[in-house]
Amino acid sequence: MLVDDLRGMFYIALKDLKAYYFKPPNISWGILFPFAFILAFAIRNPGDLRALVPGLLALTILFGTSSMEAIVIVFERRTGSLERLMLAPVRLPAMLAGKLLGGMTFGLTVTLVVLVVSLAVFGAAGTNWLILFLSLILSATAFSALGAYVSVAVREIFEAQTLANFIRFPMMFLGGVFVPLASMPAWLQIVARFLPLTYSVEALRVALSGGSWATAALDLGMLAVFSVVLFVLAVYTLARHTE
Amino acid sequence: MFTMTEAIQVEGLTKVYATSKGHAPLRAVDGVDFTVHQGEVFGFLGPNGAGKTTTIRMLTGLTRPTAGRASLLGLDLASELSHIKKRIGVVPEASNLYDELTAFDNLVFAMQLYGVPRQERNPRAEALLERFRLSEKRDAPFAKLSRGMKRALTIAAALAHRPTLIFLDEPTTGLDVMSARSLRQMIAALRDEGVTVFLTTHYLEEAERLCDRIAILVKGRIVALDSVAQLKAHTQESPVIEVSLRDTSGLIQVQRVETSGGVDVAVRQVMQQAEGYEIMKINTLQPSLEDVFVSLTGLSVEAMLAEKGGKGGGNASG
Repeated sequence: MLVDDLRGMFYIALKDLKAYYFKPPNISWGILFPFAFILAFAIRNPGDLRALVPGLLALTILFGTSSMEAIVIVFERRTGSLERLMLAPVRLPAMLAGKLLGGMTFGLTVTLVVLVVSLAVFGAAGTNWLILFLSLILSATAFSALGAYVSVAVREIFEAQTLANFIRFPMMFLGGVFVPLASMPAWLQIVARFLPLTYSVEALRVALSGGSWATAALDLGMLAVFSVVLFVLAVYTLARHTE
Repeated sequence: MFTMTEAIQVEGLTKVYATSKGHAPLRAVDGVDFTVHQGEVFGFLGPNGAGKTTTIRMLTGLTRPTAGRASLLGLDLASELSHIKKRIGVVPEASNLYDELTAFDNLVFAMQLYGVPRQERNPRAEALLERFRLSEKRDAPFAKLSRGMKRALTIAAALAHRPTLIFLDEPTTGLDVMSARSLRQMIAALRDEGVTVFLTTHYLEEAERLCDRIAILVKGRIVALDSVAQLKAHTQESPVIEVSLRDTSGLIQVQRVETSGGVDVAVRQVMQQAEGYEIMKINTLQPSLEDVFVSLTGLSVEAMLAEKGGKGGGNASG
């Protein structure tokens, strides 16, 4: 049964990448959108551009993983093709994990492009590669699970897009991408601690600019918690909706 | 007692859906019992809302039964669902492959999901495309295929992992006459290969032509289950004598006389009506499945077809 699940996960991810993700508009949108935001911010507030790199990477993963993930499941439910997957000898959590894997792979691919450009421009000195690797993987997992949860929680594509933006845009401004958390009012700092993007930006900052292992460990731990909670919620919600 | 020799055995299968507050729960399927033999085409007939699709959803693991039990291919539905899934194919009412993938890629993906060995996938996909006359559309995205082609490819995908039992939910609904005819030939060919077919349809001619046995479902309950011949034999409807008459001007008219009052009475009546006419042809019409359906359900066939959006699917000849 485990073999069936693992095989199903792999091929569902592969099918999603082929059918939905690796299309020119998605790739260009995934790369250009975070650049455009950061560029706009940098023009308005010129300063240490290198300090913006962790936020840029975090935004790229967030939008790369969740933009399509948030609509794929609701789209397949509308067309009936999700039912095909549910009829296959693959358990529901494995089927959803396959969906997550597709979103993660796409998000990490576009983030890799942004990372290579950033390191080429600003240099790789002082980079903690282990923390960087773990941050990227766990961020991609958490954001992909967020996208999956949004996708199973609604019934229409426009609802999924609205809900995804309702979550992502406030998170973008509260998660420490543009403004350091420390400079925010205390109550906003508390709100920020409930957002996965905050931990992603912080972990990537430790990986690229240095910081304590304890901070990174907390951030990575919180990203893992968000991943698990959002994935379990998504499985539960999908099971309830399909019954 | 479930046995290994039957394709499907169902006992007291029930599905109750909760409804909004103040309304009674909806009993979509209400304690049905039936058996489907290996290698037969089993028809499940009934109007919209009778519980046909809910029954298929329960038997394929998409919906959990509220009560009752079932076994498919000798495997218990409740405890061996993943083994059952590997051995069945399902074609839902709507063609639901992936618009963005080509015909070939859709078939390969179906095989990947079911663990068909890598070296078998491409030759099998090519063979299925050929069998369903889709080889020319091998590299066309599913979205670009005609309705009939989509239906054929959806059936091909359900057969990709060589299931021994296939569920077909309204396979010819909405198809033009030629596509529907072609699909019926494919279904007949499946039976010849020993595949058990569980077919839901609201086209009675289709059921009559294809099915070895038929269950008629009304409001979640089976009201009749037998071979077409036995269902007809049991109905209260009597044969009708049909006479084609030609008058002196060459005009042909058709008269029908029921034999419910006795054949001798009917023949006398026919002879009286034929006076002054030339008798062109005399036929005896046996009750059709439509007569059986109407007498059992009290529903008009036209109303049932109208519910499904017209008479798509063409006639069942061929």
